[in-house]
Amino acid sequence: MSVFLTEEQQMLKELCAQIATEKILPIREELDESGEFPWDIVRILAASDIYGVYIPEEYGGFGGGVTEMCIATEELSRVCGGITLAFAASALGAHPILLFGSDEQKKKYLVPIAAGEKLAAFALTEANAGSDAGAIETTAIADGDHYVLNGTKQWITNGGEAETYTVVVRTRKGTGIRGISCLIVEKGTSGFDFGKKENKMGIRASTTRELVFQDCRVPKENLLGREGMGFLIAMRTFDMSRPGVAAQAVGIAQGALDEAVKYAREREQFGQPIASFQGIQFMLADMATQIEAARALVYRAAAVIDSGEKNVSKISAMAKLFASDVAMRVTTDAVQILGGYGYMKEYPVEKMMRDAKITQIYEGTNQIQRTIIASQVIKDSAAKEKMG
Amino acid sequence: MKIVVLIKQVPDTTEVRIDPETNTLVREGVPSIINPFDTYAIEEALRISEKLGEGVAEVVVMSMGPPQVETALREALALGVDEAVLLTDRAFAGADTWATSVTLAAGIEKLGDVDVVLCGKQAIDGDTAQVGPGVACLLDIPQVTYVRKIDIEGDTAVAERMMEDGYDVVRAKLPCLFTVVKEINEPRLPSLKGKMKARKAEITTWGAADLDVDHAQIGLDGSPTRVVKIFSPEQRSEGEVLEGEPDETVPELVARILPVLKGEA
Repeated sequence: MSVFLTEEQQMLKELCAQIATEKILPIREELDESGEFPWDIVRILAASDIYGVYIPEEYGGFGGGVTEMCIATEELSRVCGGITLAFAASALGAHPILLFGSDEQKKKYLVPIAAGEKLAAFALTEANAGSDAGAIETTAIADGDHYVLNGTKQWITNGGEAETYTVVVRTRKGTGIRGISCLIVEKGTSGFDFGKKENKMGIRASTTRELVFQDCRVPKENLLGREGMGFLIAMRTFDMSRPGVAAQAVGIAQGALDEAVKYAREREQFGQPIASFQGIQFMLADMATQIEAARALVYRAAAVIDSGEKNVSKISAMAKLFASDVAMRVTTDAVQILGGYGYMKEYPVEKMMRDAKITQIYEGTNQIQRTIIASQVIKDSAAKEKMG
Repeated sequence: MKIVVLIKQVPDTTEVRIDPETNTLVREGVPSIINPFDTYAIEEALRISEKLGEGVAEVVVMSMGPPQVETALREALALGVDEAVLLTDRAFAGADTWATSVTLAAGIEKLGDVDVVLCGKQAIDGDTAQVGPGVACLLDIPQVTYVRKIDIEGDTAVAERMMEDGYDVVRAKLPCLFTVVKEINEPRLPSLKGKMKARKAEITTWGAADLDVDHAQIGLDGSPTRVVKIFSPEQRSEGEVLEGEPDETVPELVARILPVLKGEA
């Protein structure tokens, strides 16, 4: 892997590994239990220039791309996928502004995010609109200089902790996805409230809340791009962030494999370490190979996106699909290898298995990823025929 | 204001082993780190500098050692120190704490106008805690050791020196040398921008010829002491536990120990 990293990327990787081991490892168990938000880690990541690693230098960031995002996310997730979300989900929330914001909007919102002073959150999902994102019902009706928002967003990561929300809203009723826009809404705006904190299976150190809009007035200048661009903004944002989810999955899987190998070397049964049994060895080999393959796909997708290619949906979806499935398999196998100990909360692998599951679900379920990939594969085939 | 931090590059002793045949430390393949106590000294220097305000103080990190010590100096630069000086020369090699103090003191004198010298309380490989005090004596400046808090005001410092049962509050006139303990602060992590700057930074290098130093007092030949042997003490047998009430066991203990003490056993 290091053969392909620049010296700067290698430095980033080492620094993230150091922070993960020295600062995240000692608190991951406690935060998983309590669900408390890891503000200390946010501050540490900001002081180390990691929190804004993907934000351009002119807005106080490090100027890295998707590759740098993935390196940071993977290293941090090796130790805790939940705590890492305080960073990764903020990146998701910031990307609509990064991709479609005006210079004023970028200056206003990206600078404090790069400094770790404010967090961001992306708000698309609703009770009746998950995979069917086009069915969102939260409205934003124009009224003079403002939009008036009404509706509820569900399961928003960083909800309540973030200051800056990029919210996907319906500005025109009855026109399908063409009536959808994206607005920046600040915490504290009158009529913008939060629901209860969700009690989750995994990534429990990450905060997930409902967003409730009741006649919430948002200035028109907070519109990203133009009316009607909301769906496009969401899809382009996901194109950029899916490799990040994939990197999170690879990190979680690697952390689980590391624990499993360590355990297998130490645990003796039938007079020898269980690592000497082929059954275990075959499992470890499969786990390691799958992780390597997933990692290759993640950084390939990142490289393709960073190179400026326009059509990246397929490779991005592939990375997310494959890596998350690998994470679920590997963490399940890790629990199996640790046996009874693996099932106990005292040992870290059961948490990794609980954390891995969400990577198959959020930012587009793996079923949606498959429809995206299939759609592009079919288009490519049709295009080839036309040419040939 | 000029603040100098003296650091030492040491093997990461959590990983070090003793070669059973030669009875010396096995250093190959053992990663080198900045002496942990020195990281607290670096952090304190940075905090003092930050408290005084932008551009008021300059923090210089200095170390004596072979060329590879450069990596330790760059680590310090990545944390935010302004300048790094490496004292390196074959002539410095093999130095004990005296010769090391002589060399470092000469380095500080060459730097000139130094107001504060910070050191970690001791190095984790030598564990003598002698170099800080040695340098202070040679520079003829006051020293406060085992410090857990420093406040600088103008040309005076007030420091809390840790004792076993509490702490002393000591006022000293600058220039002054301090050795610090872990309780003093929480060292920061490097930043990406810091690491990148450190990679390209220039490190000032001085050899024996560059320093105003008595060549008879540096290096192996200038060392009045020598490490003859390093060994793991042999495991003693477990000993014997006398069980029972003190009024029974104590007389028995005395009866058995007395002949040993008298040399009769």
